[in-house]
Amino acid sequence: MRRLSLALSLALSPVFVAPALAEMPEGISHFTLPNGLETVVIEDHRAPVVVQMVWYKIGSADEVPGKTGLAHYLEHLMFKGTDTMEPGELSKTVTRNGGMDNAFTSYDYTAYFQRIASDRLPLIMEMEADRMANLQIGEDDWQAERQVVLEERAQRTDSDPRALFAEEASAVQYYNHPYGRPVIGWRSEMMGLTREDAVKWYEDYYSPDRAILILAGDVTPERARELAEQYYGPIPAHGDIAPRVRPQEPDQRSPRRMQMSDPRVAQPVMMRTILAPERNPGDQKKAAALTVLAELLGGDSQTSVLGRQLAQTGKALWVGARYDGLSVDPTTFTLSLVPPPGRNIEEAEAEFDAVLADFVETGPNAEDLDRIKTQISAAQIYARDSAHGRAYDYGQGLATGLTIEDVNDWPDILRDVTAEEVTEAARDVLSSRATVTGWLLPEDQAGPDTASAPALPDVEVAPLPAAADAPAEPAAENPAMTETQ
Amino acid sequence: MMLRAALALCLTLFAIPAQAIEIQRVESPGGIEAWLVEDHSIPFTALSLTFQGGASLDAPEKRGAVNLMTALLEEGAGEYDSTAFAEEAQALGASFSFDAGDDSLEVGAQMLTENRDQAADLLRLALTEPRFDDQAIERVRAQVQAIIRSEATDPGAIGAKELSQQAWGDHPYATSINGTMDSLAALTRDDLVDAKGRVLARDRVFVGAAGDITPEQLGQLIDDVLGGLPADGSAPLPDMAELQLTPGVTVIDWDSPQTVVSFAGPGLPIEDPDYFAAFVANHILGGGGFSSRLTEELREKRGLTYGIRTGIAAGLYGQTWQGGMSSANEKVGEGLDLIRQEWARMATGEVTEAELNDAKTYITGEYPLRFDGNGKIAGILSGMQLIGLPIDYINNRNAMVEAVTAEDVKRVAQRLLDADGLRFVLVGRPEGVEATDPAVSGQGDPGLRNSDEAVPAEG
Repeated sequence: MRRLSLALSLALSPVFVAPALAEMPEGISHFTLPNGLETVVIEDHRAPVVVQMVWYKIGSADEVPGKTGLAHYLEHLMFKGTDTMEPGELSKTVTRNGGMDNAFTSYDYTAYFQRIASDRLPLIMEMEADRMANLQIGEDDWQAERQVVLEERAQRTDSDPRALFAEEASAVQYYNHPYGRPVIGWRSEMMGLTREDAVKWYEDYYSPDRAILILAGDVTPERARELAEQYYGPIPAHGDIAPRVRPQEPDQRSPRRMQMSDPRVAQPVMMRTILAPERNPGDQKKAAALTVLAELLGGDSQTSVLGRQLAQTGKALWVGARYDGLSVDPTTFTLSLVPPPGRNIEEAEAEFDAVLADFVETGPNAEDLDRIKTQISAAQIYARDSAHGRAYDYGQGLATGLTIEDVNDWPDILRDVTAEEVTEAARDVLSSRATVTGWLLPEDQAGPDTASAPALPDVEVAPLPAAADAPAEPAAENPAMTETQ
Repeated sequence: MMLRAALALCLTLFAIPAQAIEIQRVESPGGIEAWLVEDHSIPFTALSLTFQGGASLDAPEKRGAVNLMTALLEEGAGEYDSTAFAEEAQALGASFSFDAGDDSLEVGAQMLTENRDQAADLLRLALTEPRFDDQAIERVRAQVQAIIRSEATDPGAIGAKELSQQAWGDHPYATSINGTMDSLAALTRDDLVDAKGRVLARDRVFVGAAGDITPEQLGQLIDDVLGGLPADGSAPLPDMAELQLTPGVTVIDWDSPQTVVSFAGPGLPIEDPDYFAAFVANHILGGGGFSSRLTEELREKRGLTYGIRTGIAAGLYGQTWQGGMSSANEKVGEGLDLIRQEWARMATGEVTEAELNDAKTYITGEYPLRFDGNGKIAGILSGMQLIGLPIDYINNRNAMVEAVTAEDVKRVAQRLLDADGLRFVLVGRPEGVEATDPAVSGQGDPGLRNSDEAVPAEG
């Protein structure tokens, strides 16, 4: 419900042109063009390099049933030329000029970026603006590209049992919300996507008033504004943008369990997702407490609560807790466990749960909390070393409905989290019934129902799902995201 | 379209020179050399320590020892056990990384200016007084064994392992730095102490630093961190590896809708006079971005794959020119034909003027993009020293790329590329592809999974 009223209030607010008045962190500036294109500039003049990112506030969770994969398919087709650019010409021009470019799609947004020598910024802005307004999808291209996205699905999902398992876990987690459908799409539906579907998606959703422009690196705010006005300014607003209202989750009363076996799985993994609130404009405290909670419980295998009590003592090979609140609608808090060889997964899970129950009773220890806050402050300093990384922070925040102030304030909000707030957040998520607990097992391994089998011989093991696909770019850490190449 | 071409051209003509990066050569009071890029705009220092030899210095029969030792450096040192060591680092906001590779052991550190000396002291402890506690050894050994088992069910890792084994014979390059289940199980604490002595020594360390630190401060810091290490490593540096690849196709059966394809032929070392010519040729054939000949033929025109890449793997002790892709089982044969066709076309060495120029503008333009951050710069500085590049290399490198002519590309392509000489390794159920000879690494059959393992990887 919060989501609905918020979206409405944003939609009704007039377009404003003046820079936001709130105090900006050093090197960050912000303005909005008359056509609604919100722009953030992140200055870093240490190297003559610039990053342009355009984030569209449209993603796979905005697809209609039966058309899964469309947002991502269009992302691929955005490289197929415009009225004045040949298919592939944008990327080739970027490459010829020593830059790199790519794109990615998630539930809530679709983003395009280039990284290039800063004197070539006008070139990439001209081309990115061109495809915001003038995309052309040729007859020859759309079918070959549909094959490419099917191969992408085969490579990233169908060939990886952990990805298949995560996909099904999401489907089980969400009864009603489109977060239950994979970003890349279900294979059978991807096969039916057409050029018409893609063109309609583009015409409905690609416009400056639904986009965020981030320029990071060796560029001044003045120059950024001048170029933004020159290239993006003439593109008319779409207007009439409906709020992002998706079907929401009803109360979930039944904890769910699932089990999947696959010969390609080397060792058992337990994964539990729990429905959890997201970061919201002006209301990020709960998400901050959950972020700190994830770090306390499973952030580091040597010092976290689960790490100390299970990984360090040999009761688990790996443990993890993960939460990312950058999401339009409620997201998940994820716990994971890899039992050591020979350990029954059911017993390992019981021990895992006992540690969690104990944490809810006692709350965080003060030294642990202090250390995490020190790390938050240090991370803020290290983050300034990468303009590209900060571009992701702002882009993802604004694209999921936060204001620039919300993004600016986040480190302070994290630092202000109290032990009581962490305990409360722990109590909320760990007592929730909106959970999915899954076991991913090697094929020859019996589950507990058939556990007449003795202690498991020689159980095989892999890194945790999150560690499997080492991302080249920071944003790709979101497992829900899918990149073009 | 014309407009675009004109604009790109004009920008190319006015391209800025490669960023002038000022590297200071620092010699510590104790006589250790370090390269430094000083930049006081953010209050932290990135430090990169590169120890030559890395996991290729494993003693005979002790494969996996250097990798396991490296992973244990952050698992307790001096008075701190594993958890206490990590807590100390976190309380300082410092972060350390320890990674073993085929050519070197890499230590990275990010230290805040406000407590840099304390952070450096913690790093000193890790390098000079690691505890190798029994409990930590068993825990990390179990994790590495888990990685080995996991790689045995990963078609990409299976293919890489088979290709390495065919390529490098008895050299350590032929096997994974993780070791095998058996070699790992047999390692003792003494083996780890021995492995440390083989690699972590002052005579084989290269130091790069960037950020908020002066040359004097850096000199003191590296003496503090490294002064307690032995002067000399206890093992000689690795031998050169001899490439033993034969032409042909290896197929490893794997039940999957896609076949993972790896392929390789001979490469060349970075000191080869034609290295940059080969680099240019590779860019045209299958290098970065979306514009290579292979990407055009396989992905853009036919949708056969999500991505295909080639690259020169220029190891210190051996080099290949290799590539990889994944394709549906029923289409992979067509993909193989196209790879051979494009490899053969490139082997003629004929490239257009436009291809040559586009490759050069990419390679020269991309270079400055690598230097945007202290962490990246520190790593580049120690890496340059490892491969023997001069300190002025950064400012001359693009001129060497510019100097590459069509003749140079032709010469090196004709010398190294041979479509009939390629070895392909396919993991999957490829249709219509005949294997020429059996796999050597005994993978694919679940019964053999524990016999060995594959590419280096850390969980």
